[in-house]
Amino acid sequence: MTDFSTQMLALAPLLILCATVVGVMLSIAVHRHHFTAATMTVVGLNAALLSLLGVLQVTPIQVTPLFIIDDYSLLFGAIVLVASLACTTLAHAYLDTLPDRREEFYILLLCSAGGALALIASRHFASLFIGLELLSVPLYGMVAYAYRDRISLEAGLKYMVLSGAASAFLLFGMALLYAASGSLEYAGLVDTLAGDAASPWLLVGVGMMVVALAFKLSLVPFHIWTPDVYEGAPGPVSAFLATVSKVAVFALLLRFFTLAPPAANGWLLTLMGVIAMASMLVGNLLALRQRNVKRLLGYSSIAHLGYLMTAIVAGGSFGIETVGIYLATYVATTLGAFGVVTLVSSPYSGTDAGALHHYRGLFWRRPYLATVFTIMMLSLAGIPMTAGFLGKFYVIAIAVQSGLWWLVGGIVLGSAIGLYYYLRMMVILFLDEPGESRRDAVSGWGQQSGGIMVLLLALAVIFFGIYPQPLISLVCAAGMAGG
Amino acid sequence: MILCWLLFVPFIGGLLCWQLESRHAPAQAPRWIALLTMLLVVGLALWLWLTGDYSLAGGAVGDAPNWAHQIRLPWIDRFGISFHLALDGLSLIMIMLTGFLGVLAVVCSWREITNRIGFFHLNLLWIIGGVVGVFLAVDLFLFFFFWEMMLVPMYFLIALWGHSGSKGNTRIGAAIKFFIYTQASGLLMLVSILGLVFAHYSQTGTFTFDYMVLRETPLTGTIAYVLMLGFFIAFAVKLPVVPLHGWLPDAHAQAPTAGSVDLAGILLKTAAYGMLRFAIPLFPEASAQFAPVAMALGLIGIYYGALLAFSQTDVKRLIACSSISHMGFVLIGIYSGTLLALQGVIVQMVAHAFSAAGLFIISGQIYERIHTRDMRQMGGLFGRMGALPGFALVFVMASLGMPGTGNFIGEFLILFGAFDTVPWVVVAASGGLVMAAIYSLVLMHRVYWGTPKSEASLGGLDPREYSMMLLLLVLTLWLGLFPNTVLDISHTAMTEVTDWFAVAPLPSR
Repeated sequence: MTDFSTQMLALAPLLILCATVVGVMLSIAVHRHHFTAATMTVVGLNAALLSLLGVLQVTPIQVTPLFIIDDYSLLFGAIVLVASLACTTLAHAYLDTLPDRREEFYILLLCSAGGALALIASRHFASLFIGLELLSVPLYGMVAYAYRDRISLEAGLKYMVLSGAASAFLLFGMALLYAASGSLEYAGLVDTLAGDAASPWLLVGVGMMVVALAFKLSLVPFHIWTPDVYEGAPGPVSAFLATVSKVAVFALLLRFFTLAPPAANGWLLTLMGVIAMASMLVGNLLALRQRNVKRLLGYSSIAHLGYLMTAIVAGGSFGIETVGIYLATYVATTLGAFGVVTLVSSPYSGTDAGALHHYRGLFWRRPYLATVFTIMMLSLAGIPMTAGFLGKFYVIAIAVQSGLWWLVGGIVLGSAIGLYYYLRMMVILFLDEPGESRRDAVSGWGQQSGGIMVLLLALAVIFFGIYPQPLISLVCAAGMAGG
Repeated sequence: MILCWLLFVPFIGGLLCWQLESRHAPAQAPRWIALLTMLLVVGLALWLWLTGDYSLAGGAVGDAPNWAHQIRLPWIDRFGISFHLALDGLSLIMIMLTGFLGVLAVVCSWREITNRIGFFHLNLLWIIGGVVGVFLAVDLFLFFFFWEMMLVPMYFLIALWGHSGSKGNTRIGAAIKFFIYTQASGLLMLVSILGLVFAHYSQTGTFTFDYMVLRETPLTGTIAYVLMLGFFIAFAVKLPVVPLHGWLPDAHAQAPTAGSVDLAGILLKTAAYGMLRFAIPLFPEASAQFAPVAMALGLIGIYYGALLAFSQTDVKRLIACSSISHMGFVLIGIYSGTLLALQGVIVQMVAHAFSAAGLFIISGQIYERIHTRDMRQMGGLFGRMGALPGFALVFVMASLGMPGTGNFIGEFLILFGAFDTVPWVVVAASGGLVMAAIYSLVLMHRVYWGTPKSEASLGGLDPREYSMMLLLLVLTLWLGLFPNTVLDISHTAMTEVTDWFAVAPLPSR
């Protein structure tokens, strides 16, 4: 048994985030100042990110029965923290003109990021539930943050109601699992059932949990909320929703499926495969008719999570590697895409610039911003020279390796359909037809923190698209600890 | 090292063109930079030709191949992927062709493209760069990388500088169609590549994407056949082979002249190159099994392409459809597997690139003068456009395979070479020559002869146009009269392909 201070060190990132939440709250009580709150948030997130290096010395370590801090959780924790950081920089420029209280946004964001960290490291149903709710509840507030705008409020309510329903499923599933196995730890789920791993109650329990998590991941058929919420939420929140919450929940799902014995059931894996296939196809097909960039990105995220589910079906250490690579590239790309949307809509002035015609001819007005967006679209479509290709390469590779030929077919078909809307979105940036109502990024966008962040993301996407070895080495090192 | 230069020069030149535009340089500057870049590529390729020896005697199958130059750098160690470029006679011919058509593409858009000149040349040069990469890569991952990468600039070229058809935004439609066809089929190839790699991995325990290693992988019948089909479909879309040709007429009709020249001249050739370099040597046995089907598809292509061409009213669509027909011969040649036919394939590809480029450039020039590509509104152009109809006549004759032109040599060698193994296919294919004569003459008749719509002169060729045409004409005739220039370079590489076919035990399993 390791001593107390080592355990505290292992939890350092989470503790730092919580301390930052308290700090920001106190600073608001003393003096309400937007820039101070944002700066404290950025400092806190960076400190948490740096503390990961320290934690690396003590991994893998189990902290109480609730958490396991291993290289796997550090990798996804790092992705979550970087994505939160990016969202903070975007939010600062966006919220500057919000005619309301701006500072509390950062408290919500930090809470949510903390929930994500807890979720990633959880090995027990209690920490799973607390982490998931800590991740989701602040998100209701964030989605509805621009509540004077009707669609933002509507999106927030919609997300809250459906999220609540999903939580109910989750709890019910956990209760069934506990009743059947007498354990709340993932790894202990079969202990009491003498050899009968395929007990129907276990399967139903896992199935209900999958429903709840699939809701958070917006997999078909639990995807209905996604486009509305993505469209209604303020730009930075959509980015947060599409990256942090997806990464955390997916990391949890993978850990659960790797550790929990009932998950190895063939029937359940087939179900996951069907969900994956449906997400790929439905997500891409529904995106075809969209006229709004944020809705389009919402549908595209459904499809991408569908591709990624292949890795869960296939499993194994290659599966973990695939998920790591895919999520890293997907997060960079999605952040970049939403970043551009946010920059075009910043500073806040009513509903975000989502309609396709807002982007018409952007290349000739803001060449670098449009180049960034083009790169992100190509990356989402999985074209070589971008990081998105690496992700797609991995997913196809794991599907081929595991002989999941029907999923291979789904990926190929889904990608072909997806190309249509990515390309259409991309070419609109380059068309030039005057007389349209346009919104535009402010002229000095490249010097703002959000602009710099987006440019860095574009460089990263290109760099890892051309030379992915460092990323692969990093992800390969992040193994999951057992039990 | 020279291979790296060959590859990176177009990319760097393209970026330079783009940057020049946004730095408010003179409007002509990107054109000159692009021209110089392409000349540099041609220069490098010619230098490689003059200094290298491509007639080394081919060893037995499985020997280290006779790469004239190669460079190999580690790239993604996790999967044993390396940055491996290599050059042999086959690649050299293709690269010379690419460089040369690249120059033509730059020159022929000198007057046609007037907006966003820098960005246009960025795309044009990046296509060339991607194609050079395809011709040089011998790592399958790298090959796929370039294969997909070159689609993006081509997409932009069609979507942004294309001609809109009658119904609104069809250039964007055509571009998207082109992209989806080629990308989706490309993914099938990726699946096949990965299948091959994992098959190799399961036998040896090492990951590698290297062409030289993978082609030693022994595969059993069915799986080899399926993987081969993945490659074949990707190449068949690009070639194009008939059921998969839907993108081609649209893409050609809507593309700007430079785009059509690149598409017909180079992009279609990457498919034939892919078959010769990858599909057959990697899966000799399955390819031999598949050969009858491929040749049947080739036959269908010859006739169907000719019929399509005959019924078109748009000049560029007609030429595009005639490419389908010509590529049918190439497909038959490739899968007949005899040295003579394969050599004919090379000549046919080069000659078709010249004649199609010539015809596309001419239709571009007609379009600049009378602003239509509809043949029903032409007629009687002979004598009203200076020397242009004369040149057109030569290229039309080349396209129908008149002796003296390279196309004749190509078709003759293919048919003659294939006769030994598949006489009946050759007999049937020969009928296609008659069809070629019909649609070619119809083209000539509708556009240049008949009653003129008016007597006013439309302006002759300026020195730029004249020199382009003259150069193409000289090359077409040179290829027709001295085909050995090309045949000598490709001999070794083609012998190797023949050997791969020869060792394939015929269907027994």
